Amino acid sequence: MIEVKNLVKKYGSHTAVDNLNFSIDKGRIYGFLGPNGAGKSTTMNIITGYLAATEGEVTVNGFDILKEPEKFKKSVGYLPEMPPVYTDMTVREYLAFAAELKGIPKGERKVQIEVIMGRIKLTQVADRLIGNLSKGYRQRVGLAQAILGFPETIILDEPMVGLDPQQIIEIRQLIRSLAKNHTVILSSHILAEVRELCDYILIISKGKLVAQDTPEHLERLLCDTGTIKLEVRGAAEQIKEVLLRMKKMKDYRLSKKEEQLFLVTVTPGKGADIREALFLAFAGAQLPLLSLYEEKGTLEDVYLKLTQEGGGALESHLQKRA
Amino acid sequence: MKAIYKKELSSFFRSMTGYALIAFLITFTGVYFMIYNLNQGYPFFSYTLSAVMLVLLVLVPVLTMRSFAEERRSRTDQLLFTSPVKIRQVVAGKYLAMCTVYLIPNLIFCLFPLVIKSQGSAYFLSDYSSIFQFFLMGCAFISIGMFFSSLTESPIIAAVSTFAATLILYIWEYLTDYLPDGAVANLLIVLVICTILAALIFHVTKNRFLCAAFEFITAASAVTVCIVKSSLFEGLLKNVLGSLDLAKGFNNAAFNNVFDVSAVILQLTVIAVFEFLTVQSIEKRRWS
Repeated sequence: MIEVKNLVKKYGSHTAVDNLNFSIDKGRIYGFLGPNGAGKSTTMNIITGYLAATEGEVTVNGFDILKEPEKFKKSVGYLPEMPPVYTDMTVREYLAFAAELKGIPKGERKVQIEVIMGRIKLTQVADRLIGNLSKGYRQRVGLAQAILGFPETIILDEPMVGLDPQQIIEIRQLIRSLAKNHTVILSSHILAEVRELCDYILIISKGKLVAQDTPEHLERLLCDTGTIKLEVRGAAEQIKEVLLRMKKMKDYRLSKKEEQLFLVTVTPGKGADIREALFLAFAGAQLPLLSLYEEKGTLEDVYLKLTQEGGGALESHLQKRA
Repeated sequence: MKAIYKKELSSFFRSMTGYALIAFLITFTGVYFMIYNLNQGYPFFSYTLSAVMLVLLVLVPVLTMRSFAEERRSRTDQLLFTSPVKIRQVVAGKYLAMCTVYLIPNLIFCLFPLVIKSQGSAYFLSDYSSIFQFFLMGCAFISIGMFFSSLTESPIIAAVSTFAATLILYIWEYLTDYLPDGAVANLLIVLVICTILAALIFHVTKNRFLCAAFEFITAASAVTVCIVKSSLFEGLLKNVLGSLDLAKGFNNAAFNNVFDVSAVILQLTVIAVFEFLTVQSIEKRRWS
């Protein structure tokens, strides 16, 4: 378990990470989501021990990263934004070096490297120089390095960048299978990727944590201010009359599309589903409905809103709804 | 540490750098050896080595420039410093690998006195102790080069600054000759150094009192000592700075037939200090 408390990182006068607090439990996939420059990489660099925080502390299973860095680092595998590969080594040489660096016992190294290369599909390029490999393969070599030794926590900074669609699917499957025995933390600025993979999302913007929850919760919590749109044939007065009789409705808006055809936007009361009631009411008044659909805000909207407006956006969003 | 040592050493010989550097040094040694020892018949190999020293000044920057600058530029340092290895182990591993590359030509140098012997009389004690001092001096230069490499992201800047630093050390003996002998002049320079140190203390601690106290105490004691016993200040800087001459050990072995133990201690100290500074400069980067 990793616990991050009041984490602050300043580069001179620029605050890259501003008072982050979160904890990571075992055996789940966590997603750091945020636009470029939000502080994802800095946070990851701190929780892997590459950078030191200006303030705050990071502990893993109770070990402080500053006081017992070796124990801490042994339980973490890290794939940075740019895979840390030596271009003048072959894949096999590089992985052997990484395995020795990570203190994997001599007898296990060879077998483990073969197993991992098989899993990440590197076996056919094992004896090629990393400098001659494509970006996607280098990314995989970096990933193999992060998995070496099967550490408790695997931290991946934008693991899908530079991969082709086929590779993305493969890596996604790999990450899912890893999550059975490991905790995986990955970062991305692509929402779809995080929603697809992660059990838990942390949205970061301008160095601040603006929201954290499971994808379903985030979606439900933030997005159900959906409106209902209807196309109704009839006179404006008749339509208004029907709408005025509706219960559990907050607001409505009428706009004329053509003669005897209106576009109606209905805002339901909190948590109410009034689609059926609307249908029956209009049917009862002999006003034909040409269409009826619910327009839901997506996680995408929320993400954009949160990350563009920064820290206060979530609270104001929730307040507005209440 | 062993992993890093092995990897560094093999990367020197994978990339030709190692072969090229060794060949370069050996070639020049061979040329000088042919001229001084074979053609002119001078029986001391150490004389050849003293000419090769200039070549060493070019080689060391090339050997050390990539050590940390390149890691930082290609971001591979993220692997090293997130692995369960201490920073000083990384530094030691890299340093020893560079020293090993440098050791190879030095071992080959050991054959040259034997060639001289086969042609007549040779002076093994003098020659081998100068090879040893030559090796140690190179190791000290390498530690300086490694430190410069850890300061920057650009191997070129690292190489140029290492070359400048080692060149100054090369002419150190002549430079210190130009320092004044008089007590008052030395006192003035000491006062200037105290002021610079005080300014540095202020910059680091932002404590006016500490800075003023340091300046006052050091300046007052320097002036008092100078008044009481001015002979202490005569040639002070020349003596102090002169004792930092890294080439002294080699020159003593080569030209005076003296094995200078104090020079060995000086070289080892320089190596330790620059290893420490390298660790600190890497550590500092994590915090800023």
